Formats: sequence, C-alpha cells, structure tokens
Amino acid sequence: MSHHYLLPDISQPGKIGCSLPQLDVSPAELPPQELLRQELELPEVSEVELVRYFTALSKLNYGVDTGFYPLGSCTMKYNPKWHEDMAKLPGFASIHPYQPEESVQGSLQLMFELQEYLAELTGMNTTSLAPIAGAHGEFAGLLIVKAYHRDRGDKARKKILLTDSSHGTNPASVVMCGFDIGVVASDSEGNVDMKSLDSMMNEEVAALTLTMPTTLGLFDPQIADISQLVHERGGLLGADGANLNAFLGHVKFGELGYDYVQLNLHKTFSTPHGGGGPGSGPVCVTENLVDFLPSPLAAKDNGKYTFTSPAKSIGRIGNFYGNFSVMVKAYAYIRSLGAEGLKAVSEDAVLNANYLKEKLKAYYYLPYDRTCMHEVVFSGKWQKAKGVHTLDIAKRLLDYGLHPPTVYFPLIVDEALMTEPTETEGKQTLDAYIDAMKEIAREADENPEILHTAPHNTPVRRLDEVRAARNPDLRWEMNSQRRKE
Amino acid sequence: MNPKEYKYTQEHEWICPESGNKGKMGFTDYAQTQLGDIVFLDLPAPGTKVEQFKKLGEVESVKAVSDIFAPASGQVLEVNQTVIDEPKLVNEDPYGAGWLVKIEMSDSSELGNLMNSDEYDKFVAGLSEEGSE
Amino acid sequence: MEVMSKMPSPYLPNTDADRSAMLREIGVSSIDELFQDIPERFRHTHFNLPQPLSELEIKKELSKLASRNASLDNYTCFLGAGSYRHFIPSTVDHITGRSELYTAYTPYQAEVSQGTLQTVYEYQSLVCQLTGMEVSNAGMYDGSTAAAEAAILACMITKRGKVAVLNTVTPTYCEVIDTYVGGRNLSVETVELNSNHLSSDCACLIVQQPNFFGYFEEVKAYVQKAHDIGALLIAIVDPISLGLFKPPGDYGADIAVAEGQPLGIPTSFGGPYLGIFTCRKEYLRQMPGRIIGKTVDVDGKPGYVMTLVTREQYIRRERALSNICTSEALMALAAAVYLATLGKRGLKQVAELCYHKAHYAADAIGKLKGYSLAFQQPFFKEFVIRCPMAPSQINEALLKNSIIGGLDISHMIDNAMLLCVTEVNTKQDIDRLVEILGTL
Repeated sequence: MSHHYLLPDISQPGKIGCSLPQLDVSPAELPPQELLRQELELPEVSEVELVRYFTALSKLNYGVDTGFYPLGSCTMKYNPKWHEDMAKLPGFASIHPYQPEESVQGSLQLMFELQEYLAELTGMNTTSLAPIAGAHGEFAGLLIVKAYHRDRGDKARKKILLTDSSHGTNPASVVMCGFDIGVVASDSEGNVDMKSLDSMMNEEVAALTLTMPTTLGLFDPQIADISQLVHERGGLLGADGANLNAFLGHVKFGELGYDYVQLNLHKTFSTPHGGGGPGSGPVCVTENLVDFLPSPLAAKDNGKYTFTSPAKSIGRIGNFYGNFSVMVKAYAYIRSLGAEGLKAVSEDAVLNANYLKEKLKAYYYLPYDRTCMHEVVFSGKWQKAKGVHTLDIAKRLLDYGLHPPTVYFPLIVDEALMTEPTETEGKQTLDAYIDAMKEIAREADENPEILHTAPHNTPVRRLDEVRAARNPDLRWEMNSQRRKE
Repeated sequence: MNPKEYKYTQEHEWICPESGNKGKMGFTDYAQTQLGDIVFLDLPAPGTKVEQFKKLGEVESVKAVSDIFAPASGQVLEVNQTVIDEPKLVNEDPYGAGWLVKIEMSDSSELGNLMNSDEYDKFVAGLSEEGSE
Repeated sequence: MEVMSKMPSPYLPNTDADRSAMLREIGVSSIDELFQDIPERFRHTHFNLPQPLSELEIKKELSKLASRNASLDNYTCFLGAGSYRHFIPSTVDHITGRSELYTAYTPYQAEVSQGTLQTVYEYQSLVCQLTGMEVSNAGMYDGSTAAAEAAILACMITKRGKVAVLNTVTPTYCEVIDTYVGGRNLSVETVELNSNHLSSDCACLIVQQPNFFGYFEEVKAYVQKAHDIGALLIAIVDPISLGLFKPPGDYGADIAVAEGQPLGIPTSFGGPYLGIFTCRKEYLRQMPGRIIGKTVDVDGKPGYVMTLVTREQYIRRERALSNICTSEALMALAAAVYLATLGKRGLKQVAELCYHKAHYAADAIGKLKGYSLAFQQPFFKEFVIRCPMAPSQINEALLKNSIIGGLDISHMIDNAMLLCVTEVNTKQDIDRLVEILGTL
C-alpha cells in the first residue's frame, strides 16, 4: 500500500545508515569560518529503516519485470540479468576515466568493438558512443549537420525538416542547434507526403530528420525517393533510430540512404530503462561526416586501443566518454545474440505487433489499416463517441495488472494508443492483453462509469495534476527549527 | 452567454472597450473549456507594447501550452494579479473576475477587425460542427 | 504454413507453435511477408558480426576483457579531476538493484509508478537540503551538461546572449558549455576577474567551487559582480564538500549544479553519472528536466506525479528549453539512497575525512625536496603539486607500485599534478605515496 511518510518522518537524531572509519591522520586546521557550513540538515535513519522504506516504495512500482509494458517507441524489452553482473565487474565499474590508457585496454577495446558493431548494424561508417541519451544523440547529429554545411562554406542552410509525427525531442533538438524548423506533412497512408516534401526541400534546408519506421510504426516505402530528393538538393538525411527494433538485423539505415542515425541502447539493445535513465544514444555516420563526430572516439592503433579526436569534431558534448556501463550491457547483448539472434528479435517484434493489430482492430479504430512494423497505433475514436477517452482506457488497463501503451502520441492520431509489445513477450501474454482490451471495449459500451473512475486497484488512484501544477510541492524541508529533539 | 458589448477574436479572446480608449481583455468561455483547467498564466508587465493579433503571453493547462493573442494594439496598463495567483478564475468566470490585462488602445478603429457577439457565436458553432478540438 | 525454425532463445518466449498460430490469425504464411513494405533490395542484407556465444561463454570473454583493466579495487587511487573514488555503502546497490525500480521507465502512469516518483521527490528534497537551493529537478546527464543547460537558462531569463566562465572552471566543462552555447549561436567568454568587472552583456558568470585546481574561490565577490550587472551566478559545486563547506544557497548562487557521481555512483570509466541541477524558485517554470510534485489522489491519499510538464519537450516541442527526455533516474536514486544512508552525521564525517587526509598528504608532499604546493588558498580534497620532473614519469613509477597518481596538468602549470585524496585512502596509502615520491 502507499507510503504516506517520507524520510524526515522516520528521521531521528543520532541514527546513521552505515559505519565509517575513524580519522587515521592528525587533523589539519579547519579553514576560516566564513567558508564553512553552519548547519547540514539531512535525515538520520538507520540502515534497517531505510532499506524497509525503499523496499516498500519499490513494491509500488511496475517495471518490465512486473509485467507487460507496451509503451510505443520505448521498446520496453526484457533486460537480461547477466548483463547487470557484467557491468558490475570491478574491472568495468571501478575504473577511473583518466587512468593511463595502458591500464584500461579492456574498456577501450569494448568501446571500439561496440562502435564497429553498431556501425555494421546501421550500415554506417563510424559510431560515436559519447551521447548520453537519445535526445543527446539527436543534438550531436544536428551539430554534425551544422558543421558539415559550414565546412562546405554553405551558409544558407538554416532549416531542418521534420515530419508531423515526430517525437517532441526532434523539434527541441533542432532549436538547440540554432536551426529553424519546417514540418513535412504525412499522407493518408501515414507516409511522407511527397508533394509536401518537394515543395519544402530546397537550398535553405540542411537536413530532413525522418524516423524509420515512423512513429506510426510504418515503413515508408518511398524511402529511396525521399533520400534521392533530399540529396539532390544538397541536404542530408538523418534518422531518429528509436524504432530500430522493427528491422534490426534486416535492414541497414545506410542502404536506405541515411547519412546519420542516432540509436537508443536502452531501447533496442536491451539495457534497462532505470525509471528514466541511464540510457545511451550513440550516433552513427557515413564516411563524409566522420570528421565531425563528437570527441573522443575509441580507436585502434598498432594493436593498442586509444582515444582520438576527429579532425573537425563538433567538440565535447559530455564530460567523459558516454555511459560506459550501459555500453557494457549493449555489447554483451550483441555478442550473445549475433546477427541471426538480432534478426530473430525484430521478426518476433513485428510478428507480435501485427498479431495485436489483427486481434484488436475490430474493437479499436485503426487509422492505418496496413501491415505495421514493431508497433501499432490505435485510436480511441469509437470509444470517444461514447464519452470514453483513451486516458480512461489506459487507467482501466492498470486494473487488469497491465501497463498501458503510450497515449496521445503521435499527435496526428486522435486519442492515440501507441502499442509496442516487443519480441520478449509470448503469445500467452499478448492474449491476456487482448482479452483485457476487449473487456474494456465492452465496458465502454455497457459500463463507462467504471472507466471514468479507473484505476481502482492500484496503490494510488487518479492524481490531481491540476493541483500539482497550480501549487507545486516539489520537496520537503528540514531545518533546525523543525527537527524533532 | 457571450456578452453582447464585447468584441471577439478568432483565437477566442474578448475585449471589452472602456472609456478613454481603454479595454479589458480575457478568454471566452469556449477557450476556457478547450484549455481545460488552467494552471499558469504568463502575462506581459504593465508598459509592454502589444500588437493586434500578435502573441502577448502564454496560458498553460496541465498538458498544453497555448499562446494568448492581443485583441488590439497598444500598451499594457494593468495585469490582473488575482488571476495570476488563482488561474482557476479564468475557468470559473472568464468574462468577469477572470480578465487578464487592461490595455490602452493606440487605435480603437482596430476593433472593427473583430467579431461582435453574434458573429462569434456563429463562428464557434461552426467549429463545433467541424468536430475539431 | 512455413515458419522459420529458430534456436530457442531465453528472451523470445514465443514457440514455433505460437508463431504459426499468430501468422494464421494475421493471414500471412511467413514472418517475412510482414516486412513487405520494405523494398526487396534492402532486405536480407548480410551483417558481419561475431558468432553468438552462450551466457557461460560470453561471461568468460567479458571477464577477460574486464581483467585487462586495472581496477581501483587493486590499485590505490589519487586521481580525481571530475570523477571520484568515494565509499559506496551497500544499501545503494541493493536498492537500485530492485528490478521494479530499474526496469521501469518514464512514470507516465503515476498510479503504478509511485516507487519511481516518490524516490525522485526524496532526491529533489535531499539535494535542496544539501545545496541550500530552493528547487531541484530530477537530474540531468552529468555535471558538465547541467552547467551548460544552466548557462542557456540564464540567457533565456536575462535575454542576453553571452556567457562568462571563470578561468578556473574544469577545462572539459568549458568545452561542453562551448558546445551547448555555440549550438544556439550564443557566445562564451572566459574571464579572470581580479579587479575587473563583468561586461554588462553577460547573462551569467559560471564559477566552480572548489575550482578545478581544488581550492576555494572568493565566491561572494563573484556573486556581487554578477548581480551588479543583473547577471546570474551559476555555481558548480562538489556535493561531498557540502558536508563541511558553505553551500551555494547560502552564498547567493542563482543556479547551482554539480556532478553527482561522488554520491554513491562508481567511477565506471566516465558514465553513467548524474547532473545535479538546482535553482531559485522564481526560475521554476523555465527550469529544464523532469520535476516531480506531491499531490493527492481522488481518495485524498498523498501521491506523486510529474508536474510542470508544459516545460518539457513532449509538450512544448520546439519551444522547450531543453530536449532532455531520458536522463539518469537510476543514478539519482543512487544519490538519494547514499544521502539517506549517510545522513547528516555521515556526510559531514566523509567530508572531514577527505579534508584532513588531503591536508595530511599535501603537507607531507610539500615537505619533500623538489615538491611544492602550487596554491596557498584553502582547499578541500584536491590540490596541485609542482614536481621535480614530468608528472608522466612520476605516474609511470607510481603505476608500477600499484598506485594511480594524480592528473598530469603540466600543460597548464609546469610539471604540475592534480592530486585527490578521499576517505577511501588510508594513512598507509598516503605514507606510501609520499615515500615513493620522495625517491623520485
């Protein structure tokens, strides 16, 4: 059940959660008083109490290890447990980033090989592992585009084209790089409207960012024409690679005509999502963009591994080299699956999504009734006509012990339910989800009230988000006046 | 009921002309319904120059941000501090206590560019028919 | 009904029978047909990757790779400069290892994410208590990107386009700030401000406390200089130092950022780390990153939600201050558990241990022939020594003795090395270091 207390409520002076060594050297003189802190007010809790507290909180949480978690474009696949053990090996966890290179050859080799594997999987030339999340990788990709055109002496290209189904990080990243945005429309099939692209693609456009498959879970078969059009007019073609799970081991972005792609190791490559990170967002580029990659890159020189800086690098985007522990897990994944195993991943991912599509399309409106890839986007349109919104459907799924799909995205689908089962679910689980969704569709007809008031069986019920936004309460406070003595 | 003496924009703001080229502005009832529970208002400080139909601020509900457009050009005279402290007044009383800013209009003939209440009623009815949200 | 026969995989729960049944329902005869939207010439491409290995085999391979690294478990470490070897209490890993917490994602469905949400609320609170600042977000990528995002925020708030960075800020942080600020076509200026004033077109002054060389700046004067021209003071702080030293909230910082790695996160070859980001309440609605707020549910029960989400990219899109989505949530949890475990008493004790041990080492080294301390100002756990020979030579000799020496900064100060001493270094460790240095 919900925990209504916080650390200050269980704090008592004199408690501590761990033991520390005594000072073994003679103490030095303390610096002047004005540099020192007057009071440090932090809770004081015994190890027993704090472990119980955090354990209780963990039990209120739903993760992939709890059950089905079909968040669209998040690829909530199962995280193999032995990867965690590998990342925790002292040889990987307890190494300092500035240790002499000869003392970290293992890590440098792992990074170098991972760079190669990701380049191979995407059909690109080189990978930078520096970006710390997908959005960070998008940022790096766009800075590379900027540097590329500047290097060519082309100052006119001030715009990036996106599609109307793009993830919010895409336009936000564009603005972080000082570009303007143009939005290309989608046609009724969910593909790029070629007329729209044709009219917008000109010498002011630096690049088109096109997620593939799109956030609708659809592969745009026009990709070769799109690539040709963009390149003919001097632009670059970039991918938000968040949806790679759709054709991992099948298709190479490079062969589709892409110049750069940013990946999400915490999605496609099975590393845990952590409740919101850590992730890793490597960016892979073609040969003509290699010089601009962020610094540093792992390299091999005469059998020794080292870091290098690309000749015209966009610079440093993080303090060190990227999220190394996350790289260890992704590396382990690729080594344990191999090309065939990775291909099998996308096959089951696509199979599972199409199965859900077929089984539910009689119950939920399917705006694009065509073969989908790794995710399927439904609309709650039919239920809306009965006064039941996608939000209600999502909340009711919680009562069935299932995590809902992503809701209200992509924006071009009304009342969207973006559903990505991933390959780490079996038919039994999918059938349970299908049954629950059918039941909810029936409830929308016969008993909509139960949907409006859902969830009923969760640790807390619907939360007052208006109050949270109008009167933000973002922290507790402890000060010496309020402490219990 | 959209007050008869107010004028309306296509972006669902109203302006109520007062004596001496002044005008109070706010959101219509349709707007506040569309916006949902309003949680925050970003309004311009007194003295700020505004231009008709250009953005003068932002309104936030829990999950959306929308621009607020000036119904007339001029200078901001006063900001409704009560509504900044209690944004829900815009939902509860959009034509009264939920007013947003008072403007000194630089050109009152601009009011001719706006709809009267009948025209606005028809405009809103047309939107509802299209089923757009 | 043709089904590709697959090797059973522990991560593919579907059996061939399942696949056949699903294909039947879909109405296609093979999985390959589901890829029909992809033009034929792009499919069935060859991937040149190593042959897969079983868990047993690959674990051996990875262990071999790991053993090619010199782990700090087997070496004494005096290296800092942005990544620190501190004691990590066992509570941290056990709690971050709970899979309900680490296999969850962004808490969109708050009703089943109270674990994530409440722990972040605790993190936000603890960090504010530590820094003396009014509000904190849920964390960013690392200290350097937090500093960069702080600079951008200052530009937005003041509507100015120039960022001033004090010349004692960690050089790699300066590079990251350059990348971010330059990305938006704004400018960065490195400043040295002894008697000078800040130019009035600066949005902020960024100061690191203690600075890259380990010593404390006259930060009060810098706050004044910044505020005199209506600019923000951004402080980059060491979170462990705040167990003993005055926090940024007390000396008037407007935004305070930090590298959170010292708070329960291993050095892990540079990542994942944690960007701590705190600021004044008045900047709340423009602060980047996720924020968790406390509220009640329909039954009046307390609960936590993501709040002020209109700041974020998924709502504001191109008008968002930052594109950040996934950050370092599990590392923020580690920091929260660390701070809760050590508590008021423990964090002060750790800070004191670092301080006294570092001063003991500095004192002893300063007395060695040919060695001297480069700076006289008060310091915390890092200090710069001038050496009688190139630091690279010294570090080579140290490494042979299973000691990892300090950072070679001879390109900044002749024959200088930046040393770090923490609570993990014993008196014997330090004595041994001093002894070996004395022979060189």
